[in-house]
Amino acid sequence: MDDALRLDERRAAARPIAPPSKPRRSAIRENGVILAGLGALALVSCVLFMTIDARGAWGFVLPFRGAKLAAMLLVGHAIAVSTILFQTISANRILTPSIMGFDAFYGLIQTVLVFFAGAAFAAALDPKLLFTVETITLIGFASLLYGTLLSTGARDIHRLLLSGVILGVLFRSVSGLMQRLIDPTEFVVVQDRLFASFNSVDTTLLGISAIVIAVVTLAVIRMLPVLDVLALGREPAISLGIEHRRMVLIVLGIVASFVAVSTALVGPVAFFGLLVASLARVLVGSREHAATILAASLLAAIALVAGQTILERVLGFDAVLGMVVEFIGGIVFLVLLLKRGTA
Amino acid sequence: MIETNALSKRYGDTVVVDGVTLSLPAAEVTAIIGPNGAGKSTFLSMIARLLSIDTGTAHVCGMDVAKAPSDALALKLAVLRQDNQIVARLTVRDLVGFGRFPHSRGRLTGEDRAMVEEAIGFLGLQDFAERYLDELSGGQRQRAFVAMVLAQDTQTILLDEPLNNLDIRHAVAMMRLVRRAADELGKTIVVVLHDINFAAAYADRIVAMKNGRVAVEGRVEDVVTETIIGEIFGIEASIRQVDDQIVCLFRR
Ligand SMILES: Nc1ncnc2c1ncn2[C@@H]1O[C@H](COP(=O)(O)OP(=O)(O)OP(=O)(O)O)[C@@H](O)[C@H]1O
Ligand SMILES: [Mg+2]
Repeated sequence: MDDALRLDERRAAARPIAPPSKPRRSAIRENGVILAGLGALALVSCVLFMTIDARGAWGFVLPFRGAKLAAMLLVGHAIAVSTILFQTISANRILTPSIMGFDAFYGLIQTVLVFFAGAAFAAALDPKLLFTVETITLIGFASLLYGTLLSTGARDIHRLLLSGVILGVLFRSVSGLMQRLIDPTEFVVVQDRLFASFNSVDTTLLGISAIVIAVVTLAVIRMLPVLDVLALGREPAISLGIEHRRMVLIVLGIVASFVAVSTALVGPVAFFGLLVASLARVLVGSREHAATILAASLLAAIALVAGQTILERVLGFDAVLGMVVEFIGGIVFLVLLLKRGTA
Repeated sequence: MIETNALSKRYGDTVVVDGVTLSLPAAEVTAIIGPNGAGKSTFLSMIARLLSIDTGTAHVCGMDVAKAPSDALALKLAVLRQDNQIVARLTVRDLVGFGRFPHSRGRLTGEDRAMVEEAIGFLGLQDFAERYLDELSGGQRQRAFVAMVLAQDTQTILLDEPLNNLDIRHAVAMMRLVRRAADELGKTIVVVLHDINFAAAYADRIVAMKNGRVAVEGRVEDVVTETIIGEIFGIEASIRQVDDQIVCLFRR
C-alpha cells in the first residue's frame, strides 16, 4: 500500500515489464517427491499382495488375486475422490458421502427393487444392467436431495451433519423394514448384495465399474481448475464466474457414481474416505485438487492393498480389513469433530 | 454503469431491500452509507448475483445480472463481501491468483502473474505474499481479499466495507486506491462505508439507505448535512467545512 501512498512517483515510473513474480509451481510438482513416494509405496504393496505366498500356483492365484486387487484399487480411488469432491462442494472437512447417507440410499434402491420386483426377477436380470439402473437412480436422487440441501443455505456444518445422519438412518430403517417384510429366501439375495465386503468382492461388476470410474475420473480431471474455485465457497466461486448450482449438481452426480461403484463392489464404507482425504491434505495441502486427489487416491490404494496384504498374508486375519480402516477413519472423524467444527 | 430498477428482497414477511431504483454512472465512486441492517449488503449481493432477486432488475455494464452468463459477468464485475471465510488453506498469492480465474480459467499466463503481483503491490502485501491466510492479521487478510478483487481487473467493483479492520494509514491508502481506479482507469466503484468522513472525502456520490430504501441520494454536499445525517442515523451531528473538505462530528 506504500505504492498507493506514493502513487505519483509510481505513475511516473514506467510499468515494470517483468515484475518480480515467482512463477508458482503447480502443486503436483511442488509435492513431486511425496507423490512419487506414495506411488512407489502403492506399487510395492500391489506387487507384494500379488506375490506373497503364491507358491507357484500362478494359473489360479493371478486371476483370483488380480480381481481382488483391481477391486481394491477401484474402490479406494472411488472413496478417496468422492470424499474430497463432496467436501469441496459442502465447504467442510468432516463430512463424507457415506456419513451423508449416500450408500444407505444405494442400499435402499436395491432393497426396493427386490421388494417390488421380487428376488427371482432381480436375480434373473443382468447384474450389469441392474447396476446401471441403480447408479442412474442414485445420481438422480442424490442431485435432487443433496443439491437442495446444499443450495438452500444449509451451510451450517452441524445442520448438514445432522441432516445426513437422519437421512442415513431413515434410508437404513426403510430398507430394514422392507427386508423384514420380504420372503426370507428373497432376503438372502438382498443380503448378498448389501453385505459385500473387502473380502467377498462382487467381481461380476469389475468390468463395468472400471469403465464408470474411468469415465468419471476423466470428467474430474477436466474439472480440476473449477474444483479449485469451488473450494473457495459459494459466493467467491460465483463472483469468479462459476455457475455454482450447476457445478454442484454435476459434482454430486460424479460423487454418486463413485459411491455406486464402491458400494456395489464392497458395500458401505463410512469413515475410510475421511482418513485418506485428511491425510492427503496434511501431506500435499489443499491448494490444487490435482495434487490432493492424486495423493488421496494413492493413500487409499496403499491403505487397502498393504493393509489386506499384512492382515491376510502375514497375520492370517482374513475378514477384518474393513473393520480396521473404519476404526482408524472413525478416530480421525472424532478428532476432526472435536478439533474444530468447520475446517 | 450500474442500474437497478425496483430491486427488492424479502425474508419471510420482512422486506429488507424495498424497491431500490438507482443509476450509478461509470467512472465514479459511489459510497453507500446507512445504519446496521439497512440492507446495504443485501443490495450489493443482489447486484453481484450472490443473492437471488425477488423482484426488480439489476444491470451491470448493460447485462441483466439475473440472466447473463456468470462467467461473462465475472469479466465485468468483481465484489468484496463483508465477511470472507475460506475453508481451503491458501497463501496470499494463491488467493490473489484466483482473481485471474475469469480471464485464464486456472492457467495463469505471464500477464496474469504480472497483474497478481501488481495487485499484491498495490495493497502493500509483498512481504506477506507467501503467508497463509490464517497466519495474517485481520487487516492484512482484508487487504488480501481486496487484492484478489483488484486482480480480477473488472470495469465495475463492489466493495462491502473494505475498510474493516484497517488502520487509518491503510484506510486512507485504500480510499486513494479506489479514487485512483475511478479517475485513471475509469472504473465504476460502489463502496459501503460506515465512516461518513471517508465517504465525504473520497466519494463522488453518496447513497444513504435506511430500512431497505434509498433515503437520500446525491452529491456529497447534498447528502452530508446535519439534518440528513441526523435523520438517517438518529444522532446529532455537526457538519463543518475544514479546508476544502466536509467533515462530520458527533456530539458528546
Ligand atoms: N438470511 C437472512 N434471513 C433473514 N433476515 C436477513 C438475512 N440476511 C439479512 N437479513 C436481514 O436483512 C437486513 C439487512 O441486512 P444487510 O446485511 O443487508 O444489512 P447492512 O445494511 O449490510 O448492515 P451492516 O451495516 O450491519 O452490514 C437486516 O435486518 C438483517 O437482519
Ligand atoms: Mg453489511
